[in-house]
Amino acid sequence: MSQPSWQDAVYAALKAAGITQVGYVPDAGHSRLIAAAIADPDMRAIVLTTEEEGIALAAGAWLGGQRAALLMQSSGVGNCINMVSLPVSCRMPLLTLVTMRGEWGEFNPWQVPMGRATSPVLTAAGVHVHRADHPGEAAETVAAAAALAFDSAVPVAVLFGQRLIGAKVFVQ
Amino acid sequence: MNASGALDRRAVAAALLHDPGDLLVVTGLGAPSYDAAAAGDRALNFYLWGAMGGAAMVGLGLALAQPNRRVLVLTGDGEMLMGIGSLATIAVAGAPNLAIAILDNGRYGETGAQHSHTAKGADLAAVASACGWPGTATAVTMAEVEALRPRLRSEPLFAVIRISPAESPRALPPRDGAHLADRFRRALGVARP
Repeated sequence: MSQPSWQDAVYAALKAAGITQVGYVPDAGHSRLIAAAIADPDMRAIVLTTEEEGIALAAGAWLGGQRAALLMQSSGVGNCINMVSLPVSCRMPLLTLVTMRGEWGEFNPWQVPMGRATSPVLTAAGVHVHRADHPGEAAETVAAAAALAFDSAVPVAVLFGQRLIGAKVFVQ
Repeated sequence: MNASGALDRRAVAAALLHDPGDLLVVTGLGAPSYDAAAAGDRALNFYLWGAMGGAAMVGLGLALAQPNRRVLVLTGDGEMLMGIGSLATIAVAGAPNLAIAILDNGRYGETGAQHSHTAKGADLAAVASACGWPGTATAVTMAEVEALRPRLRSEPLFAVIRISPAESPRALPPRDGAHLADRFRRALGVARP
């Protein structure tokens, strides 16, 4: 995908935060991060069948003394909500990076409902929400979110705005 | 249609968790958590009281983080069905130090003993095998359960144990998740001040 520089900086921020497990579902917006995780011999990249698996994966990693991150799209946030009770109830960190759909220039109306709901639903479930809409702020937002998650033992989501990702183009 | 199993769940749990040593145990919500507590509460048991469908994946994250320790996930058929995709995720990830034991009574015991899919023919061991698990087993006798114990502590094994749908007395472990997580991490030596 395009915009390699900010995504490379985000991956560097994950590494600097001590992340050694990355759970992910396939996602165009995260494709460069996913490829970086797969290529990194010091990172375990775990492909998931559904996003909430990554919440439980991260809890297990924390129990075992490692740090995990979960990469998903806003549509996957809805799948995760009950599983978020795990880090909330157990006072565990959670770091998830969410690429937004259904907002800036969205073509597909089916993405709009969950896109609108993503931030309020995460907040209602007890997840702290940060947001980045510009390339220059993405990596520092991830670094701050990782510090909040792992130092204060709370769940944190970073939303990457669709303006940052680039709206998906269906018709060339 | 599968007939119900006959094994007593407490006897099965006691056999599987006998002399656990430094085994890391994750239990699925409901009766499997009570069964593990009845077999002997210990800091290296992490009991889920919710997060239905997540037990196997908690086991995977833990197993990847602690590759030199054995991890056993003990859960029920209904909990595993809710997280059934994780059988594929775990098989693809590969975790040689992780095993899963399903206490399969074919019932959702916490909610009134409604039949689960395994009571109507769904075979979790066959699902795991089709997902790529290198080893699966099904036990219907206590002798077979006893034979599973060393395998569950040495192989990446997915085992289904056919237990009776009869309920056992409640044996409630601590349910403060922050306490359970903290004591687990301290016992494992990964907690930081």
